[in-house]
Amino acid sequence: MKKKSFVSIADLSKETIIRLMKKTEFFEENPNQKLLDGKICATLFFEPSTRTRLSFETAVNRLGGKVIGFSDVATTSSSKGETLKDTIKMVSNYADLIIMRHYLDGAACYASEVTDVPIINAGDGANQHPSQTVLDIYSIYKTQGRLENLTITMVGDLKYGRTVHSLIEGMSHFNPRFYFIAPEELKLPDIYKQWLEEHKIPFEECIEFSEEIINQSDILYMTRVQRERFTDLIEYEKVKNVYILKNSMLEKSKPNLRILHPLPRVNEIDNDVDDNPKAYYFDQARNGVYARQAIICDVLGIN
Amino acid sequence: MSNSKTALQVAALRNGTAIDHIPSEQLFKVVSLLEIEKLTTCVTIGYNLSSEKMGKKGILKIADKFFEEDEINRISLIAPTVNLNIIKDYEIIEKKQIQLPDVLKGIVKCNNPRCITNHEPMKTVFKVIDKQNVTLKCQYCDLKIKKEDIVLL
Repeated sequence: MKKKSFVSIADLSKETIIRLMKKTEFFEENPNQKLLDGKICATLFFEPSTRTRLSFETAVNRLGGKVIGFSDVATTSSSKGETLKDTIKMVSNYADLIIMRHYLDGAACYASEVTDVPIINAGDGANQHPSQTVLDIYSIYKTQGRLENLTITMVGDLKYGRTVHSLIEGMSHFNPRFYFIAPEELKLPDIYKQWLEEHKIPFEECIEFSEEIINQSDILYMTRVQRERFTDLIEYEKVKNVYILKNSMLEKSKPNLRILHPLPRVNEIDNDVDDNPKAYYFDQARNGVYARQAIICDVLGIN
Repeated sequence: MSNSKTALQVAALRNGTAIDHIPSEQLFKVVSLLEIEKLTTCVTIGYNLSSEKMGKKGILKIADKFFEEDEINRISLIAPTVNLNIIKDYEIIEKKQIQLPDVLKGIVKCNNPRCITNHEPMKTVFKVIDKQNVTLKCQYCDLKIKKEDIVLL
C-alpha cells in the first residue's frame, strides 16, 4: 500500500473530502469500532494543545488502538537539542501512525518526508490545522445536508486565523460564496483574495458586521479577535466589541443558518446565542472526534 | 573558430563548457553554486573583463565538464542571461539557454523565520510557481516569495 500522510488541506481532492465526510458520518453513527486493534498511534505534541490531543486520543481509543506519546516537549530529547528528524525516525520504530503538533510551520510536511510511517498533522505553527478543517466541513455538511452552493460568512480575525484560510481552501471545491467581515487590521490577506479570484470564487469584504449579510448566509463562521495581534491597542479597543454576535441579530436569518466557531471563544458570541437552535459550535467540537477517526482510518487505508 | 578577434581575453578551451556574460558581481556566487571548487580539471575564471554589452563581465571556462540541466539551472536565479557554450575540439558544438527549473533545492532561504527549514539541518525546497515574474513557494510553510525578496543561502 502506498503510504499516505495527512499534512495540508491543499492536498485533499474533492473526492477525498467527500470520502472523509461519508466516513465521519459513519463514525458518528458507530463510534466504537475495533478497527485499530493491535495498532499503536503516537501523539507527539511539541507544542501543547490539550483540546486537539484529547480529541485525537479519544478517536484512537474509540477505534481500539493504543496511544503512546508526549504532550510536553520539555520532557523529550528535543529539549536536549535532538532534531525533529531524529525524533520522528526514533518514534517510527515504535508506532504505526504519528499524529504530531509542532510550533514551526512546515514541520509535519518535513516529518512526512523522513519516515515511512503515515503522519497526521495536528497543527504546524501558523500554517495548517487540517483536521480542524475536516470537522468544520463536516459540520457544514451535516447541518446543511450538502456542501455545494452555500453562502459562508466569516467574521473576526481573517488575517491570522489559519482555520479561516484552510476552510476557504477546503470549501473551494463546492462552489461557495464568501462574505469576509473583519476590521481593517485583520482583513483577509491579498494572497488568499488572489487565490479566490484565480479560482473564480465570488466573495465580498465588509468592515461592518450587519444583519443584512447575516440574513443571506447559510453558515456564519465566527473567530476570535485576539488582542495580541494588534500593534495598536487603541485600535483593538475600538474593534473588539464590534464583531460580537448577539441573539437579536439572528431574528431574520435563514432557517438553515448555523453558527460555527473553532473555539475557544471569548466574547465574540454573546452567551444569549448559546440557546438558539442555530448555535452549532458545541456540536461542532464533538464532530472533531468522528472526523479524526475518519482521518486516521483514511491514512491507514482502513475502509 | 572565429578569427575576427585579435586576442582573446581568456585562453581558448579545447573541450568543456564556457559560460560567458556572467554579471561580474555574481561571478563568485556562480562559481560556488556550480561547485567549481570540487572539480579537478582545468578551470579558468575571468573576472571584471571588459564587455561591450555589460561593461564588466565574468567568464568561466571549465575543461572536460559538461553540466547536467539541473546542475546548470541552479544559476538561473542570479545569472539568467549568461551564454552557455559546449565546446569540443575548440569548436562551439552547442549553445544553451539556461532556464529557471520547476523546483529549487538548497539554493534559496525561506524568509519565514518560523519555517522548519530555518531550524532543522535540511535543504530548502521551493516550487517555482511563476517563471515569468519569478515567484517561489516554500514546499514546507507555503510562503510565497517574490523576485525582489529572494535571499540566497
